[in-house]
Amino acid sequence: MNYEALRHFADSWGLLFMALLWLGFALWAFRPGAKSMHDDAANMIFDDPEKGDKNDV
Amino acid sequence: MDLILLRAGGWLALAFVAFAAMVMAVDSGFAFHMAIFMIACFIALWVTVSKADYQAIGRGIIKAPADQGLYDDDPIRWGIIATIFWGMAGFLAGLYIALQLAFPVLNLGLEYTTFGRLRPLHTSAVIFAFGGNALIATSFYIVQRTCRARLAFPGLARFVFWGYQLFIVLAATGYLLGITQSKEYAEPEWYVDIWLTIVWVSYAAVFIGTIVKRSEPHIYVANWFFLSFILTVAMLHLVNGLAMPVSLLGAKSYSAFAGVQDALTQWWYGHNAVGFFLTAGFLGMMYYFVPKQAERPVYSYRLSIIHFWSLIFLYIWAGPHHLHYTALPDWAQTLGMVFSIILWMPSWGGMINGLMTLNGAWEKIRTDPIIRMMVLSLAFYGMSTFEGPMMSIKAVNSLSHYTDWTIGHVHSGALGWNGMITFAAIYYLVPRLWGKQRLYSLRMINWHFWLATMGIVLYAASMWVAGIMQGLLWREYGDDGYLVYSFSEVVSAMLPMYLIRAVGGLMYLAGAIVMVYNVWMTIAGKQRDEKPMTETPHDPEADKPLVHKPTAVPAE
Repeated sequence: MNYEALRHFADSWGLLFMALLWLGFALWAFRPGAKSMHDDAANMIFDDPEKGDKNDV
Repeated sequence: MDLILLRAGGWLALAFVAFAAMVMAVDSGFAFHMAIFMIACFIALWVTVSKADYQAIGRGIIKAPADQGLYDDDPIRWGIIATIFWGMAGFLAGLYIALQLAFPVLNLGLEYTTFGRLRPLHTSAVIFAFGGNALIATSFYIVQRTCRARLAFPGLARFVFWGYQLFIVLAATGYLLGITQSKEYAEPEWYVDIWLTIVWVSYAAVFIGTIVKRSEPHIYVANWFFLSFILTVAMLHLVNGLAMPVSLLGAKSYSAFAGVQDALTQWWYGHNAVGFFLTAGFLGMMYYFVPKQAERPVYSYRLSIIHFWSLIFLYIWAGPHHLHYTALPDWAQTLGMVFSIILWMPSWGGMINGLMTLNGAWEKIRTDPIIRMMVLSLAFYGMSTFEGPMMSIKAVNSLSHYTDWTIGHVHSGALGWNGMITFAAIYYLVPRLWGKQRLYSLRMINWHFWLATMGIVLYAASMWVAGIMQGLLWREYGDDGYLVYSFSEVVSAMLPMYLIRAVGGLMYLAGAIVMVYNVWMTIAGKQRDEKPMTETPHDPEADKPLVHKPTAVPAE
């Protein structure tokens, strides 16, 4: 594969593949049921505060 | 016992190899570095032998494994101290080279103290020594807390810390001795690069190992950012560092790339060092410490995920904007520009996400100086991620490139975003890590905040003026087609701005000195007797029921 072919692949199929991959990751965050999971994840750092932290006061 | 013998023997063998390399070295710089490496091996040997519990081994007692119900915080405490130490060294070096630009006599006529050798010392000290230690320490802290698991591979974690300090010492002494592969932000030569690779792979192993043994089902978003930072920096370092040494016993090497390929590889590395070291890694800090200090969850967890994927997918293409109007193909320059501009969106999404975390608790900006630092840091994240895309537009770049505007832009990001979020994290961590009730003084954080803020304002403003002036003077043509201003005229015109910049740097350093005192006294267990930051006023006169008032008569 020479430079020209690689460059054309990059700005056609390569670009489409990466764009779809990104879109998939982004839309995955909007799937039904994600909201409650996200709420749990965002609040996880607060519950059961630092159980194993002997120095925490 | 066998294990101790094996370890001690290994360090001794490495020390002998270093000694042999020192004796047979083809240049004095390499010999000096092998001497440092040998001393480091002997220190490791001494620690291995003297720290072992021989009585227990003699009685055949197997060392009890560390309590898995406690977090492993020793490497984090060392990391915080190392962050502060290297930060002070880096800020001081920065102030000194700023003064060198204003007063060239400060080059002192010695090769070791010229601007050209001290400048990489400054950039590496603040980015890799101050920033790197902060990232390693906070990532070890956060990954344990968010995974609810003790750090994996404790011995390896200690090796990561000390190995990284050795890398810093080798890099810094190398710059002073004139050892460099001349790649910006990747100056260390091939053997230091190999050492850093070993340390970095160990770092990845400790971090990923801790994630693997987590007891929380979900991996908190801060860890996503840290993981992308660790993996991408490994990839960047390996590719950009590809080089052929002239001799296996000498410091000099030649890059595997040449010409425009070398330039593009370098700026693919260089810009992603900004994107993944100074942005993704520090966003990991932001997504944990801002919600923790504000005591409320991140504004939108979904936005943080979209922030993550957009940043990862876009940043990697932005590097070519460092090579506008060079031999790089035009389409690649345009690609770099377009991706830099698109990058503005996720950056501001992340900034808004961080700032809006304070939604409903805005009064904390007034009452909590740590929150105030975090808010300033996010504000500078937003400002520099707006300024950056703007400067990547070719028309703007034709004015701004190679001028001090770029220096100002870098410092509003580094001093504002990276510096302030790191200071905030240090203030958050020190009382917790050393088991103190609170910091020595909250009011001194306030002093630090204002000294640093005023310093950044002076720095950025003077560099805007210097850079735009410089760019305009350079491109000024006369009627006869000749340049109107000579280079030296432009240099001398910038003296006032250089002086203002040095004052800004001095104020930033002064703020950091206040932090050193505050942290020192906190660890010493002292608490400053001071007026609280806010008081809710109580008026006893108003605090009583109303009497002898005519009761309200309902309207007819």
